Amino acid sequence: MSTARLDAKVPGGPIADKWDRHKFEMKLVNPANKRKYTIIVVGTGLAGGSAAASLGELGYNVLNFCIQDSPRRAHSIAAQGGINAAKNYQNDGDSVYRLFYDTIKGGDFRAREANVYRLAEASVSIIDQCVAQGVPFAREYGGLLANRSFGGAQVSRTFYARGQTGQQLLLGAYSALERQIAAGSVTMQARTEMLDLIVQDGRAVGIVVRDLVSGKVESHFGDAVVLATGGYGNVFYLSTNAKGSNVTATWRAYKRGAAFGNPCYTQIHPTCIPVSGDYQSKLTLMSESLRNDGRVWVPKAGGDKRRPQDIPESERDYYLERKYPSFGNLSPRDIASRAAKEACDEGRGVGETGLGVYLDFADAIKRLGEAKIRERYGNLFDMYERITGENPYRLPMRIFPAVHYTMGGLWVDYNLMSTVPGLFVLGEANFSDHGANRLGASALMQGLADGYFVIPYTIGNYLAQVKPGSWAAGAAEARAAESGAVGRIDRLLGINGTRTVDSFHRELGRIMWNDCGMARKAEGLRNAIARIPELRDEFWRSVRVLGRGESFNQSLEKAGRVADFLEFGELMCRDALHREESCGGHFRVEHQTPDGEARRNDEQFCYVAAWEYRGEAAEPALHREPLHFENIKLATRSYK
Amino acid sequence: MSDKARDMRITLRVWRQAGPGAPGRFETYQAERVSPDMSFLEMIDVVNEDLIGRGQEPIAFDHDCREGICGMCSMVIDGVPHGPHRGTTTCQLHMRSFADGDTVTVEPFRARGFPVVRDLAVDRSALDRIIQAGGFIGVATGNAPDANAMPVPKEASDRAMDAAQCIGCGACVAACPNASAMLFTAAKVTHLGLLPQGQPERYRRVLGMVTQMDLEGFGGCTNFGECQEACPKEIGVWTIARLNADYLKGTVTARDDARAGGEAG
Ligand SMILES: Cc1cc2nc3c(=O)[nH]c(=O)nc-3n(C[C@H](O)[C@H](O)[C@H](O)COP(=O)(O)OP(=O)(O)OC[C@H]3O[C@@H](n4cnc5c(N)ncnc54)[C@H](O)[C@@H]3O)c2cc1C
Ligand code: FES
Repeated sequence: MSTARLDAKVPGGPIADKWDRHKFEMKLVNPANKRKYTIIVVGTGLAGGSAAASLGELGYNVLNFCIQDSPRRAHSIAAQGGINAAKNYQNDGDSVYRLFYDTIKGGDFRAREANVYRLAEASVSIIDQCVAQGVPFAREYGGLLANRSFGGAQVSRTFYARGQTGQQLLLGAYSALERQIAAGSVTMQARTEMLDLIVQDGRAVGIVVRDLVSGKVESHFGDAVVLATGGYGNVFYLSTNAKGSNVTATWRAYKRGAAFGNPCYTQIHPTCIPVSGDYQSKLTLMSESLRNDGRVWVPKAGGDKRRPQDIPESERDYYLERKYPSFGNLSPRDIASRAAKEACDEGRGVGETGLGVYLDFADAIKRLGEAKIRERYGNLFDMYERITGENPYRLPMRIFPAVHYTMGGLWVDYNLMSTVPGLFVLGEANFSDHGANRLGASALMQGLADGYFVIPYTIGNYLAQVKPGSWAAGAAEARAAESGAVGRIDRLLGINGTRTVDSFHRELGRIMWNDCGMARKAEGLRNAIARIPELRDEFWRSVRVLGRGESFNQSLEKAGRVADFLEFGELMCRDALHREESCGGHFRVEHQTPDGEARRNDEQFCYVAAWEYRGEAAEPALHREPLHFENIKLATRSYK
Repeated sequence: MSDKARDMRITLRVWRQAGPGAPGRFETYQAERVSPDMSFLEMIDVVNEDLIGRGQEPIAFDHDCREGICGMCSMVIDGVPHGPHRGTTTCQLHMRSFADGDTVTVEPFRARGFPVVRDLAVDRSALDRIIQAGGFIGVATGNAPDANAMPVPKEASDRAMDAAQCIGCGACVAACPNASAMLFTAAKVTHLGLLPQGQPERYRRVLGMVTQMDLEGFGGCTNFGECQEACPKEIGVWTIARLNADYLKGTVTARDDARAGGEAG
């Protein structure tokens, strides 16, 4: 694959006309022929669920897979705060163009303009679709939809359903999906994990899966494969992602030829509940929407161990308000996270571990009353209290940054197709819309835009050029992929070493957090690139996975995923090392301004890094997709 | 960090069952060094690490988000689905709800509609099939009018949200002496039935879902009310009252429609 093959296929014409024009120019599949095409959709989150339902409605024959026991339990269910849309219902100056602008700027000028513009356009229809499905978004007394603000925006464009927006949106997509399952257009296989991609004559034609209940490994074939398998934040072990979130599907596709875009771009979310002990299995996010009413602060003096209520106003440092007066507590995530880290590095962190800052609602409660705060954030406050045993109506919350979202993912063109023809990638699993930093409430928007409003068109254009059913189930590639998957399982079960899977995962997580986390340095990254392969070797020598392959075996599931993280982590570090600049969530200590802000290097790094797999022994090849900013002037991001 | 003085020792009696057809039994395990800040599942994680170390297969249990929202975790703790803390899923239950030296019994959600997969994991796909039978608004992608074209009174929307919060865990079924899925079904019927968008299919929906609920082998509702006590989202039996009213109306309408259809034909 040469850089030339990274053709983004962006349509010509002015940005506002590209999508309309492309929709017109794309080929269509005749309605009567649609049912002859089989589409494999892996994932049932916002991206996969909405795609499978919409493709089923169009008349395609859809095979849909997920690892949980029900499609409704995909990780999207956990999203709290909201979803953006350029509806301008608040009459506060919003527009498609402004959402486009905010997203490009929020992403620190590392996303492709044409995709982001289309996303902003689609946002409007998403809200219409969801309301029609019965999503109970928050409303005003007049019966119209309510909005709130999110980080990185000065308008109020976020739609929400209490603190459970992801749940309600996913249940909307899930209900549409179940309707198609009942209609027979979608066949659902829950508790099934994709272990490999089948490529024939250079086209994606199927997947190898393991039935997680019976343990049987089998292959499924289709005319196109859609991956919507979510993000890889769990490479850090501790993250806000669900425990089952993994890189396996995208990593296996990478090893079959799909280029991986910007793997080092990860988002560390500023408002999570701090770690309390070594047994900790995951981190819990406190929605960013809390920053609408909560004020972030630490004591002015280092080592101040007084209780928060005993620290007078004059001795508190509301550092976000001080450093970024125009965005204040609503500064973008990467900036807010780094500022918290700095405060803690200076010894001003709070709580037992010193790794925490306050998020204080006292002023908001005084201004609006406790009832209003309860209405807005009740379930989040309850969750905080359940986890920490402290009452946030009385005491400020303690928060600390945690790994939350991965902007990187499989590289896709404007049609959301990867470098393997016939393999499409949607949602968090692709790299496409958020550049080096994602703004709050934009992942839900992207997942649903991809699934409801992009893939139904672009996949048709691909299928119209393919004869239905042109795969060979018995061919060598298919058999090899399947026996490869079985072989790996046997190998994992055969090691019978001394260490548990989790112990390896934790160790990998520590390496990643220390060397490829909030602040990255060449030296640390080199250290990680040396250390990870050693850990991987040790894993394959001494991991202990009990039980059988042909059974419900959760240790085996985990082992397969951790094995892939142990390979993937290295690629992430390589990408982070090669990118000699700071941008968005990627902060290289060597590249900062005198006042500690990120310093981008547009001259050399204004491109998407797409990595190509070249075999176990070889280093991956780097391909560059140059980014052109024709509509928004490339400028230093400032939230001051 | 972990404060040794607060650490607890817990004795666990855990249901182990190799598969759906296999016989099950309780096994006893000691959980040492349990911190009050651990979640219940983190305590099981530690027990499992220990079991693996001793060459024994770990306890299988469903979980994913560990934030109380995906509905995947499904344990009965000391006889109560999701344990002693009201409005809390197992994954959000913390060990500070227990005392040093406690013996705790852990079982899967038990119901005819929920066959055991292994140990504490059960098959709840019957709940998906109830949704398939009508738990949706039939609107294909791209068909929707502007979201603000139809105002929805805030009260109706808030009430709909109260019901829509259901995480589909099935604790209501596990808590019900009849193993009825009434609260689950009622929550969806109520959510959609309170919204103007849900009106066109309102009665078809309730008839379809209730019929499927029966087909799946769930029991009938005889108003024990245990379901609302066990619901981690505290969804109330008021939704069941609404389901019953809609069901009655739906049955009458269906009969009238059938008669009208007959006459016309
Ligand atoms: C706690 C939390 C709060 C958030 N809040 C917000 C918010 O307020 N607003 C916002 O915009 N974004 C938010 N996000 C981000 C957003 O939720 C996610 O980015 C988004 O939901 C991802 O959707 P998805 O469809 O791409 O993937 P997911 O929802 O992760 O779905 C992945 C699907 O793929 C399946 N799958 C995965 N691997 C395999 C495999 N190997 N084989 C088969 N199936 C597989 C899974 O079963 C699942 O169905 C939040 C994220 C977190 C963690
Ligand atoms: S693990 Fe998701 S609700 Fe408990």
